[in-house]
Amino acid sequence: MSTLIYTESRLRPEHAVYDCTVPSGEGWMHEIKSGQTLRIVDLEGNQAVDTLFYSAGDRSDRYSAQDTIREQGSIYLTTGTKLISSEGNVLLTIVADTCGRHDTLGGACAAESNQVRYAIEKKHMHNCRNTFLLTVAKWGNGYTKRDLTHNINFFMNVPVTPDGGLTFADGVSDRGRYVEMKAEMDVICLISNCPQLNNPCNAYNPTPVRLLIWD
Amino acid sequence: MWSRVLNRHQTLRLTDLEGGANVGALFYNRDQLLDRLNLPDSLKAQHTAKLTAGHVLYSDMGHVLCSVAADSCGWHDPLAGHSTAALVQRKYGTSSFQEQRNEFHRNARDQFLIELGKWGLGKADLVANVNFFSKVTVDQDGAMHFERDNSVAGSYVDLRAEMNVLVILNACQHPMDPQSEYNPKPITLTVWNSDPPTVDDVCRNSCPENRRGFILTESLFR
Repeated sequence: MSTLIYTESRLRPEHAVYDCTVPSGEGWMHEIKSGQTLRIVDLEGNQAVDTLFYSAGDRSDRYSAQDTIREQGSIYLTTGTKLISSEGNVLLTIVADTCGRHDTLGGACAAESNQVRYAIEKKHMHNCRNTFLLTVAKWGNGYTKRDLTHNINFFMNVPVTPDGGLTFADGVSDRGRYVEMKAEMDVICLISNCPQLNNPCNAYNPTPVRLLIWD
Repeated sequence: MWSRVLNRHQTLRLTDLEGGANVGALFYNRDQLLDRLNLPDSLKAQHTAKLTAGHVLYSDMGHVLCSVAADSCGWHDPLAGHSTAALVQRKYGTSSFQEQRNEFHRNARDQFLIELGKWGLGKADLVANVNFFSKVTVDQDGAMHFERDNSVAGSYVDLRAEMNVLVILNACQHPMDPQSEYNPKPITLTVWNSDPPTVDDVCRNSCPENRRGFILTESLFR
């Protein structure tokens, strides 16, 4: 595997204007104002955090995984990555990362994709798409399933091989690792703290994450 | 640009007439348009970052939209997305209908939005697309590389609809195509009525995930 580069932040938690913990299996939706910085902390290690961003003024202008990886020429997200929207705007820039690599190819787990991937009988298991659906339903403002698109999986490791294979590898994150991004415009952030128990994306043990925002 | 409903078990053949074509494509369940192509689900279910014969395209509701029933090309790109007006201007310069009439430069995003609009769909429905006939590899550092000469003249790929499927296509150049010339290549489209997939169908049996995907899809039509 390639060398991972770690970038630490100088922001201190006691100066944050927002600080909360999101247990696994739960959702979070929040506005991040232009210039604010969002940090996601993997409290216990190897936790996948499924994340989407929207322009606060126009939810159809939203995070685009394909535009983001193509414009930077690399499938992995890390410090320096500009999170690009479907309209070509920079939503946020990753400014610190002590994990080194984040996925945006693997998408979110869903009841139906769990049936395909693991067993028809897995439909009852909690999953990120259900969290997304419930979170946007409560948020309102017109958000629906149409707005759920291909997300980022912070702290998840999904390597692609030169011959076009794709694997869900063991995580490269660890207890206390974090990723931090600065909003370049007013954005809405939608998170599902992943409850997947069928693969190693959460090391078979989904755990809480901490979210902090600085002005 | 082109759109059409493929009835269940009709097959669409895309043929690259001259070599070097690119076909951006999106797929929707015609009977429930919110049930739409999901490339992350397609890739992780089949453990692949390319598409070729034996693969299927999944919707976000666990349904098989289309099977790649045959493919003479070997690699179709599900990673790099589509060109935009800004990208086409940056690569090929300014262009307008006013100046160039129908030779003006098209970009894939605008072509998708036009065809989607004909079916009552819009920006929120424009999800990650496939690029048929194009190849993008990823090295061990994660860097993406456009591989030239992936598709030769006469290359074809057959897509068999496993539901009633709305197909949205355009032939704009791949967004990572390094050519400095605006030069989209011609393709032909052929549709025929094909047989339903047999129990030993190669796409159904290429992995256990696909066997379950076909069970979920066929249950819609019982």
